[in-house]
Amino acid sequence: MEIKILGTGCSNCKNLEKATREAVAELNLDANVVKEEDIVKIMGYGVMRTPALVVDEKVLMYGRVPSVKEIKEMLSK
Amino acid sequence: MSDNSHSAGLAYRSRYLLLLLIPVWLLLYKNLQWLTDKFVFDILDLPANKHLTEAVRFFIFEVPKVLMLLTLIIFFVGIIRTYFSPERTRKALEGKSLFTGNVMAASLGIVTPFCSCSAIPLFLGFIESGIPLGVTFSFLIAAPMINEVAIVLLFGLFGWKTALIYVVTGLFIAITAGWVIGRLHLEKWVEPWVYELKAGDHPEDEKLTFGKRIKLGFEAVKEIVGKVWIYVMIGIAVGAGVHGYVPQDFMASFMGKSAWYSVPLSVLIGIPLYSNAAGIIPIVSALIEKGAALGTSLAFMMSVIGLSLPEMIILRKVLKLPLIFTFIGVVGTGIIIVGFLFNYIF
Repeated sequence: MEIKILGTGCSNCKNLEKATREAVAELNLDANVVKEEDIVKIMGYGVMRTPALVVDEKVLMYGRVPSVKEIKEMLSK
Repeated sequence: MSDNSHSAGLAYRSRYLLLLLIPVWLLLYKNLQWLTDKFVFDILDLPANKHLTEAVRFFIFEVPKVLMLLTLIIFFVGIIRTYFSPERTRKALEGKSLFTGNVMAASLGIVTPFCSCSAIPLFLGFIESGIPLGVTFSFLIAAPMINEVAIVLLFGLFGWKTALIYVVTGLFIAITAGWVIGRLHLEKWVEPWVYELKAGDHPEDEKLTFGKRIKLGFEAVKEIVGKVWIYVMIGIAVGAGVHGYVPQDFMASFMGKSAWYSVPLSVLIGIPLYSNAAGIIPIVSALIEKGAALGTSLAFMMSVIGLSLPEMIILRKVLKLPLIFTFIGVVGTGIIIVGFLFNYIF
């Protein structure tokens, strides 16, 4: 599983990265979490609000920071 | 299935919680002055008509009042905002003529969720879908300047008339400044890579149930009130100090009507200063009480909230310096005109 956090380095982007890492750890997922800070690449996903959560190149959520619990639900689907 | 029934149960629970909270809120809000006086005079036992007592009383009354108003309004605005998004705003603006586009962009700027850290993706997304530069600017001016935090503070500390004046003049500035920038045809001062960018297809919107929207309303309260409460406290503390200790008419000589240069000067000082509405409005309210003119104060607030150094630095990634200076110049001039106008009327 390839997880990307899209964001240009604002505090919400860091919060989303932290929450996602927690969710991955709690679910014991074999996932690679990387941050994508390049704005041109971020725009390639069609996202206008950061941060965004991308799993296997599919945008799951954008524009807010969900709770760890909610991220776990998104990742388990 | 079990997942669905679980979230539905949660939604009902939050709705019941809501029904309970509103009467409690009203009761507290209605009796706040009485509670404050009880606390200040009976429990703290401070003597009446002393500067310190007045300052303490002002602080103890205004802080809960403003925080309560903020909580209530941000909750409802948070729900309303789930029906808006930059993506929908963009769709609504596509293919609109210049002036209509400016009016719509500025108005949608008030309700569309916006955070200055998303200014760049938003700018790129707008330009990429063919929305004119001037229309994009109308949005970028209105979105940070006119927001629910500013409106609540103005309403709470000045009354609804000033809040309305702020919204209407803010819209006027966003519309005309965006229109002027559009007419100047400054696309050459946008970084060239912006126009070469190809954005991907926009991902589907999340499907939201009403229960989820209520939850997002609570989250908005947690996030925004959690961030601004400290500025509200500091702003009101400074305001309380001014209220209790600074002599009447102290501000009249340099921020009053007779000092014509005070309007442009306030705007010049306000541009590099950066504070959110929560910090600056309580201070300005105390300044007005001590003789600062309304137009001058309005101009100062608008330039502090609407134009800020951090935002300019963020925008520098996509705009060349001459365009940034034009942007500051056009918006700053609009604010100065509004300042003079209100000093003249009132």
